[in-house]
Amino acid sequence: MLIALVRPDAWNFPLLLHVLGAMLLVGSVVLAGLALIVSWRDGNAAMVRLGYRALLLGAVPSWILMRVGAEWIASKEGLENSNASWIGIGFSTADSSALFIIIATVLAGFAMRRAGRGEGSTGFRRVSAVLVALLVVAYAVTIWAMTTKPS
Amino acid sequence: MPVYNTLLFLHVLSAFALMVTVVVFSAFALGAVRNARVLLVSNVLWGIGGLGTLVFGIWLAIYLKAYHVWDGWIITAIVLWVVANAFGGGAQAGFAEGADEAKASKAALMHWLRSLTVIALLVVMIYKPGA
Repeated sequence: MLIALVRPDAWNFPLLLHVLGAMLLVGSVVLAGLALIVSWRDGNAAMVRLGYRALLLGAVPSWILMRVGAEWIASKEGLENSNASWIGIGFSTADSSALFIIIATVLAGFAMRRAGRGEGSTGFRRVSAVLVALLVVAYAVTIWAMTTKPS
Repeated sequence: MPVYNTLLFLHVLSAFALMVTVVVFSAFALGAVRNARVLLVSNVLWGIGGLGTLVFGIWLAIYLKAYHVWDGWIITAIVLWVVANAFGGGAQAGFAEGADEAKASKAALMHWLRSLTVIALLVVMIYKPGA
């Protein structure tokens, strides 16, 4: 099997930014999910704060890095208007996940404030944890699409 | 799904698992409250990701005629993988509950060195110098 696996040098840096951003994004989202699920189970207020900060300080900037890298590498490869399904999966997941990240961050912020006041309700952290879990599944599918590139 | 796609997907997914551990430990190194369950999941992901990147990476190099396991960039990646695991062992021991003071004091340094090594691995994987 021989495949043209070496890309032009000019594509490497935008691809590095895109992949690094995606990896940090997934790492931040998984960390937020773990922290929110732990806090959901045992009411740990510090874990709500960790979940909120992972989303706000980790997932949001990583998403921006991933998305800017995606646009840059797509323009380098001339794929901005491509109808390939893997490109469609990538852009639609990236863009719709931004909304999920924002909602999950806001809900985790509310949950953190409630936990700080000693209120026992876990509704916000539960919904935030569920949204983050959905994001993890969506990102796993996207990683599959980005690597296998189905037509 | 063709063999190449499956191997590449599993190799990349494993690399993402490594980066999850890097992010989790970064949070702890920056002062977030540690939690035993989060640490456990993170360490398990490091193990799975480490094994997956190595096994599927070498399998890919053997499967593809364009690459050889003895190519310079692949040897470099394997060396970086070993170095990352050495630093990772120090970070895991230092951040573990009940770690002695000597290990705990070096945990953050070990973690940041591992993080830099993992990023260097990613750079090698993308640029493939000499390929």
